[in-house]
Amino acid sequence: MSCHSDTATSPALDVENAQRTTLIALAGQPNMGKSTLFNLLTGLNQHVGNWAGKTVERREGSLTHDGQRFTLVDLPGTYSLTANSAEERIARDFILHEQPDVVIAVVNAANLERSLYLLAELVSLPAPVVVALNMMDVARQENILVEPEVLEAALGLPVIPMTATRAEGVRELFAAVQETLAGRRGLVARLPEIREDHRESLRVVLEAVQGYVPAPYPTAWAATKLLEGDEEITQQMRALLPAERWERVHQELMAHEDAFLAVATGRYEWIGRLVRAAVVRPRVGQIGLTERLDRWAAHPFWGLVILAAILGGVFWMTFQIGAPLQEWLDTQIIGRVSGWLAAALVSAPLWVQGLVLDGVMGGVGTVVTFLPILVIFFAVLGLLEDVGYMARAAYVMDRFMHLMGMHGKSFLPLFLGFGCNVPAVMGARVADSRAAQLLTILLAPLVPCTARLGVLAFLAPAFFGAAAAWVSWGLVMLSLGVLVLVGVVMSRTVFRGQRSAFVMEMPLYHIPNLRTIGLLVWQRSLSFLEKAGTTILVFSVVVWALAALPGGDLENSWLAGLGRWFEPVGLWMGLDWRLTVALLASFFAKENSIATLGVLFGSAEDAGLASTLAGIYSPASGLAFLTVSLLFIPCAATVAVIRQESGSWHWTLFSVALTLAISLAVGAGVYALAVWGGL
Amino acid sequence: MQPTTLNQTRLLDLQAGERGLVISLGSGKQLISRLTALGFTPGGELVVNQNYAHGPLIVTVRGGRVAIGRGEAAAILVERRDE
Ligand SMILES: Nc1nc2c(ncn2[C@@H]2O[C@H](COP(=O)(O)OP(=O)(O)O)[C@@H](O)[C@H]2O)c(=O)[nH]1
Ligand SMILES: [Mg+2]
Repeated sequence: MSCHSDTATSPALDVENAQRTTLIALAGQPNMGKSTLFNLLTGLNQHVGNWAGKTVERREGSLTHDGQRFTLVDLPGTYSLTANSAEERIARDFILHEQPDVVIAVVNAANLERSLYLLAELVSLPAPVVVALNMMDVARQENILVEPEVLEAALGLPVIPMTATRAEGVRELFAAVQETLAGRRGLVARLPEIREDHRESLRVVLEAVQGYVPAPYPTAWAATKLLEGDEEITQQMRALLPAERWERVHQELMAHEDAFLAVATGRYEWIGRLVRAAVVRPRVGQIGLTERLDRWAAHPFWGLVILAAILGGVFWMTFQIGAPLQEWLDTQIIGRVSGWLAAALVSAPLWVQGLVLDGVMGGVGTVVTFLPILVIFFAVLGLLEDVGYMARAAYVMDRFMHLMGMHGKSFLPLFLGFGCNVPAVMGARVADSRAAQLLTILLAPLVPCTARLGVLAFLAPAFFGAAAAWVSWGLVMLSLGVLVLVGVVMSRTVFRGQRSAFVMEMPLYHIPNLRTIGLLVWQRSLSFLEKAGTTILVFSVVVWALAALPGGDLENSWLAGLGRWFEPVGLWMGLDWRLTVALLASFFAKENSIATLGVLFGSAEDAGLASTLAGIYSPASGLAFLTVSLLFIPCAATVAVIRQESGSWHWTLFSVALTLAISLAVGAGVYALAVWGGL
Repeated sequence: MQPTTLNQTRLLDLQAGERGLVISLGSGKQLISRLTALGFTPGGELVVNQNYAHGPLIVTVRGGRVAIGRGEAAAILVERRDE
């Protein structure tokens, strides 16, 4: 923009210019290598958060190049900028309102025709654009010859060939950014035009809005958006235009409802000219690696077999690596630190010891022991995503997820819930729409996680002997049945009519980039520790206080009081106050219910406890207890990430209330049936 | 919309390996805008890569592979291209 060329030529301002950070936005369609470039440029100097009020990741980083400081913002990957989705609105609003000094548009040299579509929209916005022509290696491999200089001349924008995975072209990219900042490149961008048959309409609309388009919107852009039927711009212009002018615009739009396609076709015509000029492609129609792999991975039968094998592998790995690591962390780190603290606190009052050792260290222990499993899941998810497999899993599962009014994309996060509900909730953001994300988040706690399955495995044998395996299987099926039922009901009521169409890119398979995956794991884990970690700690202290106060023993504590108070409700399900207390304690961490029973019955958490319980309670009560355990309010960590991912206490409370109501209703039903059946 | 001539058909009815020219995209502003951003525009050429009796289709359009639900594919009208 002009202000930068002014400051660059004035020596007095040069100093100030060097200290001021330059804002660069990275834009591009998904899978163009935007994140690879972002990671390459910023390394660990990045901060991951969410865009204000949205479940869309916001990544910002900084770097210094030639003594100049840059702030880099990774805009969400979008195919266009039509404001149809949260991502599109974020990307477009950022460019319009934050006015970055330069926008780097990442496009794919191996598939220019599709990837230039976003650029066609970007060039009409008021920010200087530099084109990063990425994936030059792939283009070479496929014998597609792209001539960057020709593209640059035809576009009127700087075009820098790159291979982000090999860090090729970064220096040149920065040179182009700096030239652009200084206004030195001397190019004039060629903009796409609406298809010929609608030029007159555009002229009419342009004339009607002239002088009324508010800053920072360019007039021609706003006129085009009106023809495209953009809701945001249409509403604003209707409010701003005098009635007579709005009437003219309205008439024109009514007469040309197909104008959107004319605009889109105009963009593809512009792209076609560019591609014809700059790309030489001798081989077409060859069967690529992706197509060959998809014959298996996307096959309606073999695709499912492959998916099952991969998921089996994930869980095998989780238990082979994650479980021992968890135990090691628990004994070596948490155990030792607790030991030191205990030694240091011998002379402190008892309540301080309890607070620190049980409350705080208990919470820290939960957070830390969650980590190995989370890291493994994040790594596997990152790997599958980076390789390009994620879209295939979504593809083969789509027809089953359809039943619940959901997309295949929600399958993987939900499935991960078997390991742990936390990554399931955190993975919900892959879903297309807010409605689909929320539905995934709400259903995730109904997937029985390993901790709940552990409680099941511990108690079922004592109560049901040889039938334990069948009972366990039946209960897991029951909770999955409940999940499907809730999904079907919710998608037809709360989220009625909000299922968006299934249209999804199937990206090419890639060799995974370990740096990208490593950074992803690092950031996700950090975000879990920061956000969920603190919440868990607070919960942990609160639960400890409830269990320890006022006297110090569980039996006479407030938690026990709470259990007695809730006993009438518990009795619907054949649960006395002790089992009710165990359920309440399971809110802190699911495996806590066993530990609590251990304290209440004064025996260790071994087979002894299970048979003691089986001796006291009827099988009907046992069955009801296990049912409620599987469906009960999610654990504190899950609630914390539900809050984080839904961004709303309203939905968090809804989730808690929903699981509470479901678990009580199903528990009471199972108990009644069991008693009736003579158990 | 229903096919009007012999060569016009729904995208859903193209078999794997068949080519077509897009005639219209069906209705719904949001869906149309998502389809165009992925390369579907009237006049654009496409190849069906996969179409089993159930589950979404895979279509190559403007050099990109796109999965599209059966409902959505039923709304897209194409002209079959023989080759
Ligand atoms: N061969 C090759 N692969 C690349 C290049 N840049 C990125 N990739 C890979 O393309 C995939 C998508 O990259 P990513 O940065 O996640 O894309 P984004 O969706 O635009 O953020 C990853 O598997 C990358 O490793 C490149 O220049 N050459
Ligand atoms: Mg990315």
